[in-house]
Amino acid sequence: MSRQIIIPFGPQHPVLPEPIHLDLVLEDEIVVDVIPSIGYVHRGLEKLVERREYTEYVYVAERICGICSFVHGLAYCQGVEGIMNVEVPERALYLRTIWSEYSRLHSHLLTLGLFADVLGFENLFMNAWRLREHILDDMEATTGGRVIQGSCKVGGVRRDISSEKLDQMVSGLNDLEKEMKELTDVFLRDSSIKSRLCGVGVLPKKEAYEYGAVGPTLRGSGWSIDMRKLGYAAFSKLNFEPVVETQGDCYARCAVRAKEMFVSIDLIRQAVQKIPDGPVEVKVTGAPDGEFFTRVEQPRGELVHYVKGNGTKNLARSRVRTPTFTNIPPLVAMLKGCELADVPVIVHSIDPCIGCAER
Amino acid sequence: MKYEEQPTTMITIDELLARTNRYFLEGYRLVQIGCTRVDGKFEINYSFDKDYRFENLRVELQEGGTLPSISSVYFGAFIYENEIHDLFGISVTGMNIDFKGTLYRTTVKYPFSRDTKKEDDLCPGR
Repeated sequence: MSRQIIIPFGPQHPVLPEPIHLDLVLEDEIVVDVIPSIGYVHRGLEKLVERREYTEYVYVAERICGICSFVHGLAYCQGVEGIMNVEVPERALYLRTIWSEYSRLHSHLLTLGLFADVLGFENLFMNAWRLREHILDDMEATTGGRVIQGSCKVGGVRRDISSEKLDQMVSGLNDLEKEMKELTDVFLRDSSIKSRLCGVGVLPKKEAYEYGAVGPTLRGSGWSIDMRKLGYAAFSKLNFEPVVETQGDCYARCAVRAKEMFVSIDLIRQAVQKIPDGPVEVKVTGAPDGEFFTRVEQPRGELVHYVKGNGTKNLARSRVRTPTFTNIPPLVAMLKGCELADVPVIVHSIDPCIGCAER
Repeated sequence: MKYEEQPTTMITIDELLARTNRYFLEGYRLVQIGCTRVDGKFEINYSFDKDYRFENLRVELQEGGTLPSISSVYFGAFIYENEIHDLFGISVTGMNIDFKGTLYRTTVKYPFSRDTKKEDDLCPGR
């Protein structure tokens, strides 16, 4: 047996947008064990629920993540609405669906760009982020915020989108779709990308399920599990099938994200076609008394918000389980047996969001 | 909108491993483990899912109590159990990966083990 050495990876590393630390135990160039360590950006946001009224806490929930902030706000609001049995207007449900899918588009373009950067493909990185700007422009035009939208509230949404603007958004997406196709073709067909991703960081189907993987990490290992199938917001009224790849490697996880963007565009088209007229919010009175778990599909996977009320304006508990947090044990499994040079690619293949994971 | 069914079963700590193992054998995945402080006690929720069927087990723990790890059944449980230890100060025995209190680096030790009071300075030294 070769001599074992430990190489620290992170918390500051050129490929890591946020801090995570891995102690890599190596035998020659092969990783034989990994000890992950987080905790550099823990903000204790869940604790703030004791000091904010339940209607205000949605702003805190949105700030858990700077990428999928809208989905956090949505999950939190659904949790409170679940306790209080609020009947959210149909139009608000469709608007929530549209903004959720815009969040997925912007998150996937962001992570694909970063992935290209990790692989040293600068031009592809810039192209992905150029397309992402169009998505952010629409987010800003409809909510007022590029990243933190503040458009979801307990009982509905704060803003409506006019039908002219909705049509404009669809037409913009139609144009964008062609450019996205060119972009994703490079990710899916370029031989240099394939040689860096295929067969690297394999997470077998059984391990993916048992170790708690979610989102594209789970679907890239052959599982057709997507929380949108629960039918929250307006997803029960839209047709879609989760994108599934079976190889379980970095290429499969990348392919799931690339293909999911087209599903998102299709979902937005369907939602715009079916969105009914009507109010976008209902007045919510009283204070939540009870508990509720909400599960939604964030761009990185299943997000769980647990809220518990005690009949006062301040909730007793808000517990958030983010996809990155539960994807850490599968990451440990993926890294075992890989080459040291592949570690950055594998870490990035789960699309880690550490600020989200630590809250 | 129809809200998801989410039955919760109260169990004792002695039953925890056997019940968890049953879920594992029936093909459920572990969704999360979460802790809530309620009236000086801790409620710990274990959530499972299979084919979009969401179920919870709940154990209650007195302050100073010890929780057995389920990481021998669900490998990924270690991340939640270390979190519960670091934020609530609950001892968890038998974890497959034990960070020994270093998963989270918090200024206040076990910050979720007590209620926040109005006069608390949440950012000491700033």
